[in-house]
Amino acid sequence: MKLGPALLTAHLWLVLAFLYVPIVVMVVLGFNASPLYALPFQFDLVWYRELVGNAKLIDAGIHSVGIAIVNTIIATTFGTMAALAFARYQFRGKTILQLLLFPPVAIPWLVIGTAMLVFFYWIDIKRGLFAILLGHVALSLPYVIVVVGARLATFPRAVEEAAATLGATPFQTFRRVTAPLLAPGVIGGALFAFAVSFDQFVISYFLAPPGVTTLPVEIYGAIRKGFTPEINAISTIIIVVSMGALLLTARFYRFGGER
Amino acid sequence: MSTVAVTDAVKRYDSVAALDGVTMTFRDGEFFGLLGPSGSGKTTLLRAIAGFVTLDRGQVLIDGQDVGGVPVHARNIGMMFQNYALFPHMSVAENVSFGLEVRGRPREEVAQRVKEALAMVRLGGLEQRKPKQLSGGQQQRVALARALVTRPKVLLLDEPLGALDKHLRQEMQVELRRIQRQVGITTIFVTHDQEEALTLSDRIAIFDSGRIIQEGAPMAVYERPVTKFAAGFLGEANFLQGRVTAMEAGDIARIALDIGGEVSCRLTNGQVGQTVLLALRPEKITLAAGGQAGLNALRGKVLDVVFSGNSTTYRIAVGDQVMILFKQNLVQGTVAPGTEVVLSWSPDHLVQVTP
Repeated sequence: MKLGPALLTAHLWLVLAFLYVPIVVMVVLGFNASPLYALPFQFDLVWYRELVGNAKLIDAGIHSVGIAIVNTIIATTFGTMAALAFARYQFRGKTILQLLLFPPVAIPWLVIGTAMLVFFYWIDIKRGLFAILLGHVALSLPYVIVVVGARLATFPRAVEEAAATLGATPFQTFRRVTAPLLAPGVIGGALFAFAVSFDQFVISYFLAPPGVTTLPVEIYGAIRKGFTPEINAISTIIIVVSMGALLLTARFYRFGGER
Repeated sequence: MSTVAVTDAVKRYDSVAALDGVTMTFRDGEFFGLLGPSGSGKTTLLRAIAGFVTLDRGQVLIDGQDVGGVPVHARNIGMMFQNYALFPHMSVAENVSFGLEVRGRPREEVAQRVKEALAMVRLGGLEQRKPKQLSGGQQQRVALARALVTRPKVLLLDEPLGALDKHLRQEMQVELRRIQRQVGITTIFVTHDQEEALTLSDRIAIFDSGRIIQEGAPMAVYERPVTKFAAGFLGEANFLQGRVTAMEAGDIARIALDIGGEVSCRLTNGQVGQTVLLALRPEKITLAAGGQAGLNALRGKVLDVVFSGNSTTYRIAVGDQVMILFKQNLVQGTVAPGTEVVLSWSPDHLVQVTP
């Protein structure tokens, strides 16, 4: 009977190994001196130094971070507002709108990207950073609405009523009661929005004009040309940023669930 | 201190009337219980007084002033909610000071009044705890302190003790009453617990289908219910139907019961031949093994016996009706099931009710 748990544990470790070994190898080789990934391992920061000197990658990185931040601000603001509207008000077409939130999450990005490219061309929005930003906002809004909505679904409305009976104006109630209690959900939504934008390749690739790229697009281009451990270095940085965001999300989610 | 009045209050949700023409006055400093089954309109009335519900018709007056256009936060009320609705992200002290801070009171005054309020509910020393770290009873006290610290005109309680276990509930009833007397605040509370309403209230009102069925002092409503619903909702009652056979001096009627037997009781404006429904409280009935049946004395047979320590509940078949009877256990031993018994009572305890 002791075999069962042991097998399960081994299985778990195998799954984790399958997921993480390639990543670990990639990260380690980013610190290896050989450009041809030759062993034995020789520690060197040469690829990180190269990276600093690579203007195209740096530019792409700045674009990616910039777009992700602006996207996060816009998507979180409008997503939170939409989630509040869904949770608090009755209006015509509410159910249809709520149903329509989910397909964009399920439709392949390739299809959405093509659709956006055609649509933007049609309404005369030129390919470029602005178009990429629009695309990212459209993609990340449903995530924010769903995450903030989940928080709102368990929101104790009575505390807002209590605040009102205690003399708080609607604005005071929002600032001192609603907002602090909603914050974990909003932060969770914001991290989602950031991650969706920062990792986004397909939409960015379709909407980027020649010469302007984001990090994932630039990495894709670099790999096609035959790649150096520089890519490992930039990938390592991306992993650190993404994992950090994910851990933060998990942390806020835990908070959200418990309160 | 303040009076609250409601005149001809009507509130409809779709076609259902939550309030269907309610007029009542809450006197200065009284503890008033709104009692009724769920959906009877009592909570809607409380929320209309608070300002959460806008009436379709009628007025809410606080100290004679129509507060119809006054938003909740400007009504100067205190309210306790069913699950306390404490602010989970604030400490006990922050919860209690909230109402003073949003009013912009000076810091020293806030600190002083928070301290007094917490002392009043006997929670001194727990200022820095978060609501989650408190027991149900303690949370209850915080909610009460928070509601009273702003010195509101009226205190509204929405099933305030519903979430507590029985023992704590009784303790909090006493506490609530003590504090209410001490502060002297007009208090309106909603409950579906009849015992709680009887224990706490100076006056009660029984609601059904958006209307007041009866209002008055707990004892008056209990002893003289006006409808079958009121008699059955507040406590338990046996209902006896019969026909008036004779009217005697002093409005005393003789009534032949449908289940057989004859009773007499006071019947204002009684007519011979009239059908009447009488309510009889189970504790008013005397039970005797053997004896003569006659006026206000019916023969029956014990069906079952439930012994509950200080009292015993009997179910007794009388004709084709089952009557219940409470007997205090003044002596040891109960009457066994199957025993032929005679039930009797004083005519004063028969109360005519409308069906």
